[in-house]
Amino acid sequence: MRVKMNDSSNRMLPQLDDTNRFFWQSGKDGKLRLLRCECCAHYVHPPAPVCSNCLSTQLSPQIVSGKGRVASFTVNHHPWNPAVETPYVIALVELDEQENLRLTTNLVDCDPESVRIGDRVSVRFTQCGDIYLPLFALADTD
Amino acid sequence: MAASKPVISGIGQSAVGRRLGRSGLDLTVEAVKDALQHSGLSIKDIDGVACWPGRAAASPGFSPVSIPELHDAMGMDLNWYSGGGEGPGQLSSVINAAAAVTTGLADHVICFRTVTESSARTDLRSSGPLTDWMQWLLPFHAYSAANWTALYAQRYFHEFGATRESLGALAVHSRNNAALNPKAIYRDPLTLDDYLSSRMISSPLCLYDCDVPADGSTVVIVSRRECTSGLRREPIQIEATGCRLEKRHSWDQAPDLTTMSMSSAAKSMWSRTGLTPNDVDFAELYDGFSIITLFWLEAFGFCGRGEAADFVMDNSNIALNGKLPLNTHGGQLSAGRTHGLGFVHEACAQIWREAGRRQIQGPCNIAAVGVGGGTVAAAMILRGGNPIR
Ligand SMILES: [Zn+2]
Repeated sequence: MRVKMNDSSNRMLPQLDDTNRFFWQSGKDGKLRLLRCECCAHYVHPPAPVCSNCLSTQLSPQIVSGKGRVASFTVNHHPWNPAVETPYVIALVELDEQENLRLTTNLVDCDPESVRIGDRVSVRFTQCGDIYLPLFALADTD
Repeated sequence: MAASKPVISGIGQSAVGRRLGRSGLDLTVEAVKDALQHSGLSIKDIDGVACWPGRAAASPGFSPVSIPELHDAMGMDLNWYSGGGEGPGQLSSVINAAAAVTTGLADHVICFRTVTESSARTDLRSSGPLTDWMQWLLPFHAYSAANWTALYAQRYFHEFGATRESLGALAVHSRNNAALNPKAIYRDPLTLDDYLSSRMISSPLCLYDCDVPADGSTVVIVSRRECTSGLRREPIQIEATGCRLEKRHSWDQAPDLTTMSMSSAAKSMWSRTGLTPNDVDFAELYDGFSIITLFWLEAFGFCGRGEAADFVMDNSNIALNGKLPLNTHGGQLSAGRTHGLGFVHEACAQIWREAGRRQIQGPCNIAAVGVGGGTVAAAMILRGGNPIR
């Protein structure tokens, strides 16, 4: 069976503030953005006012490829939220841009039993009001 | 001359069970009285109280009792108290108390952990927009620590070839020990087949990989050694603790998805004692989820990296009469989620040889206690008998 999970309903959503707004609204133009240090080029996630690598405070959102691989995943079967259909796939996606730079996300349009660690994935967004949640799907072979 | 190491002079516990229908404060008072009786101390001797994480009003049942509330209820007179959530997990209270008695802030400190999670029910959807770290997990229907831990378990399986049978072996082992513990919540036999056929929660974790929510309160009294003469028992020395925070304090950004925070905690603990893993007689290792105990076994160095799955599948390692008796009361998997201090309570009961039918018959003087998982963890060695200062 395939899970879609493109639905935007029934999701708990972040409280937008000046630190996280760029991230949660980035998908409006279909691009994923992460905060990056202008001094040492380190990606800082979750967003913070300082670079943990060099302590620079010169950081700005930068468009990233939206491509990565499955660092780990779990197929959730338990109805924590009765309004959400199970099973569904929660994944840790490690982005291509930097080692250990990850997003917790859902893998959509896939057969949960076929997902494997190391699978290539690419971002797609689901809109919830003014928030665009980055979800991922198995990438076409590239 | 250096100050003596801190000691544990008594332990106590309330009734532990499912939906007891009693308030958190009521259970806490029962546990405190039990510990006073156990140690020979009176309430007038208690001059400190510590708890983790402090009263958590937003999470019903998780931590329903505050220190001021307990203080007022029992008419205490305190020189020192400390409670709060920003520390290395459930052992924060014991570690803070150990520091307090060592620096002379208090002589006898009640450390308590009270839960009424079996009675309380939280409705996820009733909360408002997400802030802080939860905003990175919950929008993706990753509501539970079961989900976050499952991601680590899956990665561990992938890197080391571990299987569900190893987690099942631990679940069955814990149930066997719980059968000998009259206070354990689940005491009926569990087979590996039962385990393998139980419903999946969040793969690879099934129902029996998850601990059981409980109502109950556990108390440990941490004392200054010089104040313990004339008490009922030879005090148990807190030989060393460790609570190092070196990795990202994050479920999904931590560099290694197969170790969690306990590897740092155990490493710093070993740097503070002349003892080594070979000196440890038995271990009480947190099992909010079964995989966490495997991580603790490797963190303490009882087996090598990636070897914990094989270690727990060999019963001659972890049985009550094995090389390293493990979670002798049944752990939180079967005895109930007393949430951390239950492991300290059990370690002390074993060292004092008060564990009844589950008493370790071999040497049981030196215990490894590892509590926590995910982003918070603390490690401790307890030492009975006639320890060296
Ligand atoms: Zn930088």
